Amino acid sequence: MAVSVDEAVSTGPGRDHTPPARRSGGRGRSVLEVALLAVLAVVMLFPALWMIETSIKENRDVYAIPAKFFDFTVTLEHFKDVFVASGGRSALSVSFLNSVVVAGVSTALATVLGVPAAWAYSRFSVKAKKDQLFFILSTRFMPPVVVVIPIFLMYRQVGLIDSKLGLILIYAAFNVPFTIWMMKGFVDEVPAEYEDAAMLDGYTRLQAFWRYTLPLLLPGIAATAVFALIFSWNEFVFAIFLTSSDTVRTAPPAIAGLIGGTTVDWGLVAAASVVFALPVLVFAYLVRKHLVAGVTLGAVRR
Amino acid sequence: MSDPVPLTTDHPGQVASATPPAPGRSRRLSDRTLAVAFISPALLLLLAMSVFPLLWALYLSFTDYSATRGGPAHFVWFENYTAILASAQVHLRALTTLIYVVGAVVLQTVLGFAIAYLISRRTRGRGVLTTLFLVPMMLSPVVVGLFWRFMLDAQFGVINSMLGSLGLGQVEWLTRQRTALISLIVVDTWQWTPFIMLIALAGLTAVPKYLYEAASIDRASEWFKFRTITLPLVWPLLLIAVLFRAIEAFRLFDLVYILTNGGPGVSTETLSFHVYKVGFLGFNTGTASAYGILMVLVVIVLTQLYLRYLNKLKED
Repeated sequence: MAVSVDEAVSTGPGRDHTPPARRSGGRGRSVLEVALLAVLAVVMLFPALWMIETSIKENRDVYAIPAKFFDFTVTLEHFKDVFVASGGRSALSVSFLNSVVVAGVSTALATVLGVPAAWAYSRFSVKAKKDQLFFILSTRFMPPVVVVIPIFLMYRQVGLIDSKLGLILIYAAFNVPFTIWMMKGFVDEVPAEYEDAAMLDGYTRLQAFWRYTLPLLLPGIAATAVFALIFSWNEFVFAIFLTSSDTVRTAPPAIAGLIGGTTVDWGLVAAASVVFALPVLVFAYLVRKHLVAGVTLGAVRR
Repeated sequence: MSDPVPLTTDHPGQVASATPPAPGRSRRLSDRTLAVAFISPALLLLLAMSVFPLLWALYLSFTDYSATRGGPAHFVWFENYTAILASAQVHLRALTTLIYVVGAVVLQTVLGFAIAYLISRRTRGRGVLTTLFLVPMMLSPVVVGLFWRFMLDAQFGVINSMLGSLGLGQVEWLTRQRTALISLIVVDTWQWTPFIMLIALAGLTAVPKYLYEAASIDRASEWFKFRTITLPLVWPLLLIAVLFRAIEAFRLFDLVYILTNGGPGVSTETLSFHVYKVGFLGFNTGTASAYGILMVLVVIVLTQLYLRYLNKLKED
């Protein structure tokens, strides 16, 4: 409870009687609060800044002791290494492409399956609706390490091991619960009366959904899809256990693979991490209005 | 799968112009059919990819099956379960997991709430501040783990370098038993404090201003306001965030895998990491499945708790 301590200290002296003293006390506290926030912000952001800095440092500066904060030589070598290897594309760049395909297709699949289901859950009285919805959400909470064991055996049987399709299916299955919960909130916000009105005009329920509700849901669908995209893009556990070859592997295991050897090229790791994280940050910024709902898997809405 | 339908029935007027329900009933899909048609594909995918694997794991947990040895699986009934529950190794992992989950979640909650509280008291720059604080949360655990591993490196890590210039001694963060677990907690805290902050901020901004104004008129102290207005109103939402984080921390695997790989020794082996070792390095698929099922039970209990509070929050 850092807050309360800090408050008690700063309000103590100037709080009592005269308004001017009280105001200056308030200002003093305000300055203290700003300072505290600034310190916390620096601490929180430092690792990210250090990563960016490392990615543009020359190798000897990366390993400099003591660490160099400002006076280092800037180079873009590491970023070049991420994309180009001797004689063609690097394994990393291939893995980035794989990530784009896997995340993109699995998100599309989750959206196509999840949005209609969310609409149906929102509009119709389904038997044991609450239980169904809770069951759906709880599948999302299963520990990936546990799920991956039977999935591994299952995929081995049907030949989906080390294939993009396998990853796409499991990512879609992990994103469907999220999509349903998130989208149900958005559908709830669209009045059902629109559909009723359309049906009075002679449209079927399906047409009413397609022509009137769906267009209104598009911003919500976009936000939901962006979150699903981020989850699939960042996913690591399934990726590392279910894929092995360079042509299939997605970026997270590929980047993790960079530290396998005896010497680690931290400049390259940093550059690859920056390239990997940048799209996520951009996407997250785009959906910042829905972050609370997004990170709680659509459970908490504001 | 649903899109061809509205494209083909392009004569809606004739169906229902005069008396909507009676003639249309046979031709249009009933609401019930529609609900089933829209929900079942999603549920089927979940059944195939989440429920079926778990049932298979449940079956395997009663056998001595090994994925590499192959051959038929023999039923051993509850042998796997009793072996796990009696194993001192597992008890140690459970303790490690408990320390890690409690340590990380408590730190995150305190810090995250503190930051949210400080931000909520600012009138300007809130958006920018929030956005900046949220960066760690959006990063992949792989990136976070790798990067902290570099920063905590005993030789050329920036943390030790800073400690050095402050005149403090070097710490072997990831290679000493005790500091390794602390490092794990610190890194997880760094990544997920923004999560608590985000939820707490949502709660704090929803507290009606007039409550504070009324309290000010009564000359209530800041501490009193905090204790009697802020905390009780934000607590239900905060509890959701805390439980959510506890579940996530309990099933965490990737950060351990990248940051410490369970070491040194077994000091940072959490339960999920141990399952991986038993299943994928020890090839005891049956035992690992039983282990996994036990973990799933814990998760189910936690999830039930989480959903119950969520329900309560929604009803208010």
